[in-house]
Amino acid sequence: MSSIASADRPARAPFLARYNASPAQALALAAVALFLIAFLIVPLVRVIVVAFTDPGGGFSLVHFGDFFRTSLLREAFWNSLYVAAMTVVVASLIAVPLATILARFHFRGAALIHTLGVIPLVMPPFVGAVAMQLIYGRNGTINLILNDAFGFRIPFMEGLNGVIFVEALHYFPFILLNLSASLSNIDSAMEESAQNLGARGFTLFSRIVFPLALPGYVAGAALVFVKVFDDLATPLLLNVTSMLAPQAYLKITTVGIADPMGYVISVIMIGCSLGAMMLSVLVLRGRDFATTQRGGGGLSRRRLGPGGNAVAIVLVIVTLLITLSPHIGIFLLSIGTVWSFAELPDAYTIQHYVTVYREAGPLIGNTILYCGLAGLIDVIIGATLAYVVLRTRLPGRRLVEQVAMSAVAIPGLVLGIGLLRTYYDVKLPFSGESLATVWFMLVIAYAVRRLPYALTAATAALRQLHVSLEEAAENLGAGKLSVLSRIVVPLMTGGLLAGFVTSFATAAVELSATLLLVARAPDAPIAYGIYVYMQSAAGRGPGAALGVIAVIAVAIATYLAFKIAERERGLKSRELF
Amino acid sequence: MAQKLTRRLLLAAACTLSATSVFAQSIGDKVIIVTSFSKDLTTPFSVAFEKKYPGTKVEVQNRNSAAAIAFIRETRSSPPDIFWASAPDAFEVLKKNSLLQKYQPKAQGLTDKVGTYPVNDPAGYYVGFAASGYGIMYNTRYMRANSLPAPKEWDDLKKPIYFGHVGFSAPSRSGTSHLTVETILQGEGWDKGWATLIEIGGNFQQVSDRSFGVPDAVNSGQYGIGIVIDFFGLSAKASGFPVEFVYPTVTAIVPANVGIIANAKNQKAAEAFVEFLLSEEGQQILLDPKIQRLPVRQSTYAKAPAGYPNPITDKSLGAKVSFNADVSEGRYELVNSLFDRVITFRLKELNAAWKAIHDTEKRLGTGANAEAKRLLAEARKLASSVPITAKEASDPAIAGSFQEVKKDAKPAGRQAEFEERWDSFAVKNYAEAKALAEKAAGAK
Repeated sequence: MSSIASADRPARAPFLARYNASPAQALALAAVALFLIAFLIVPLVRVIVVAFTDPGGGFSLVHFGDFFRTSLLREAFWNSLYVAAMTVVVASLIAVPLATILARFHFRGAALIHTLGVIPLVMPPFVGAVAMQLIYGRNGTINLILNDAFGFRIPFMEGLNGVIFVEALHYFPFILLNLSASLSNIDSAMEESAQNLGARGFTLFSRIVFPLALPGYVAGAALVFVKVFDDLATPLLLNVTSMLAPQAYLKITTVGIADPMGYVISVIMIGCSLGAMMLSVLVLRGRDFATTQRGGGGLSRRRLGPGGNAVAIVLVIVTLLITLSPHIGIFLLSIGTVWSFAELPDAYTIQHYVTVYREAGPLIGNTILYCGLAGLIDVIIGATLAYVVLRTRLPGRRLVEQVAMSAVAIPGLVLGIGLLRTYYDVKLPFSGESLATVWFMLVIAYAVRRLPYALTAATAALRQLHVSLEEAAENLGAGKLSVLSRIVVPLMTGGLLAGFVTSFATAAVELSATLLLVARAPDAPIAYGIYVYMQSAAGRGPGAALGVIAVIAVAIATYLAFKIAERERGLKSRELF
Repeated sequence: MAQKLTRRLLLAAACTLSATSVFAQSIGDKVIIVTSFSKDLTTPFSVAFEKKYPGTKVEVQNRNSAAAIAFIRETRSSPPDIFWASAPDAFEVLKKNSLLQKYQPKAQGLTDKVGTYPVNDPAGYYVGFAASGYGIMYNTRYMRANSLPAPKEWDDLKKPIYFGHVGFSAPSRSGTSHLTVETILQGEGWDKGWATLIEIGGNFQQVSDRSFGVPDAVNSGQYGIGIVIDFFGLSAKASGFPVEFVYPTVTAIVPANVGIIANAKNQKAAEAFVEFLLSEEGQQILLDPKIQRLPVRQSTYAKAPAGYPNPITDKSLGAKVSFNADVSEGRYELVNSLFDRVITFRLKELNAAWKAIHDTEKRLGTGANAEAKRLLAEARKLASSVPITAKEASDPAIAGSFQEVKKDAKPAGRQAEFEERWDSFAVKNYAEAKALAEKAAGAK
């Protein structure tokens, strides 16, 4: 089909036509590649080059040999794999039912539930850790109650299983978001045909709905796997050091140690993450998920009877209560006086909010501005790249895609050092300020590290869109640009939105790169403010107050985004009564 | 006469005017400070400094030690002015990379040693502006709920009753924590010092990756007892947390430092800030209940509230150990790595070994026979020894494997090789110790 299409217009660009691409597409790929070279590859290489350098200064792979000869690191490697795989399982158990219920049944305020489903991604640094310990820790609320009533404790927060538990609570929204986007793209005609042929209930779900939504599920699951494999915050929170990310972090950030092993571990983590992403592509290879009919957006919605409604609502509420418990903890922390070895704070106050009142404004403004821009950059680059990868055969497009994906495994500190090293001596015209410490560099750091989220979401969305829709439009005389703006982008809205929301929400609480690149307090985002407070006992309440403010700011932005999407979807959707 | 007076007055006024304008001009319009201190400490100082020098703004950049070092290193073409932090190790790294400049403070009346620990860098690249003592912090609610007695001395922390209740921050992650470890090693000697540390380590619930992680966990009641710097305990108590803090009779003293960064843009203001920290008014700010650090100016203690610790007159604070800074520096990275191999990264195994030893000792009581006693002694030895001797630790070839490679140095191996050896040593010893202790329990 596509070969015919390209044969139709050989005169325009004979060279590019061979790759089924227009000059604009080739240019777009080059622009994305340039962005990645400038802000990812060059800075990264300048830092991790020590991993390949022997003590004499020459090229060497000896450190990689050391990695595999070190039993602690081998153990860490298997632990990381185990935790990442198990987290995918647990996160799926939370996300798949939630996504299915939300896609299938009519709910008042679905946008609100979707928003609450995203919130777990927004875990403010330090504050989130303290709150988790106060709720689920050895002497947290739940264990103190259990111990008083029944005389036993549940080790939620201990060892590898603890890491799996916390990671699943934290990252299940990746699956929820991407799966929901996929589900909303399924044509209800498919489902109706199956129903006409007699498929019901579980058969319908397992033979029709789930397979058609597979791109979204696989995208979300792959992200969870990769993110958890590379995640640092949770193992540190639980003090589990026998995993790769904390081992790399401890090596890299330990003062005065010039050990290259930290960078070696980073390189290995990047390799594993790419391997996992490629595996997820293999799972989907050779299958076609695209449907041409665009009769209706999403599954046919049903209204539930009062009984079913109650069951669904209870299920949703219980899930949200569990997944939002850390945030309830942060909220209590922010209005509590002292909370120590007790089920709840001793007394309540609004003093902490008064304390942060004056500085909160600029912090929130900066956070929304930086993370909004970063999310936007990610969506634009992610969609462009996904389009070029799936719709053209331009050489090097897969490589660019993999480079973009590798950002998921790069520690924030490493990218931060690389950006400083590369751009500090580049001065801006007029002000003479260094390019590396201008606030926009933070936006770039956030955008680069979150690009994999948006890219994955955009790819999944495009996979469900059949190329013949675009070809039909072109045959009817539409130019490339109007095909993009009238057909492709509107039909990808759900996926692009999922990408934006994940990038935006996770960037809002990024700490490591922030701490390195912020040069002036007035330019600082909210994560910096939280860090500053959380260095002292007296700062715990104000820090938590800022954490709550960050969560609310992200929640409002996300809610608005979903509201817009819901309206779009409402226009497309057919309802069955 | 009247004319003369007027003229004199005018002259005087002119003098004052020009003096103030020269003054304001001479120190510059801002000073940029990179610090790992909390707001509680930095705000009172910057407010007081700005009040004293109107027209000069203090710009504080909060970064943790790792980010601070990386930032100062990468921005050396146009760096900030001052690095202000506790961690002596961070200052050493900056000094070695020629990122600090020498500055001899003009302030007088300062002590140059707190306990036996030299306050200032002998080479003059940074100065101590305050000191702190290490001690034990505990959560009173936690202790009551678990019916634990309050610990007083370091040796108390070895007791079986505190199993799983103690926390510490890794010396590789906290310069002050490193000084405590080094003080114990120098005070008790290499082998005995490590035996003490590892035996206390057997009781650890957690080895935290940042200094503030320990008081944070004790404040929440996640575990009961933390080995911390005094102001962490004292300021938490002042903020209303149910915690207490005690100094053991022998304690380690750690300084808090300030240094001017090489090629500082605002040199005059930077010098003025250092002088301000050491001045009478600056030192007095340290007595603020939210700060609670020990001044280095003798006369400031006269204004301290009753009961405020005074390391200059109270000889028990850090006095018993004569601290050898050269020994400490030579094996700095090695000690950190060794601690992580035998305690931090093998905590689970270490806990299991000591649990078995404690259980067996409790079960046998005084009725243990000779064979059981022999097995237990063997187990204790295995669960408290380190794979290298003091001499090896100070051997430049071995210690050099843990440092940045110097041109003509010949390291004895790569860091990864040593670490793998030590790791297997610890794993094997702790497993054997556990097995021996269990065998002893059956030997009754």
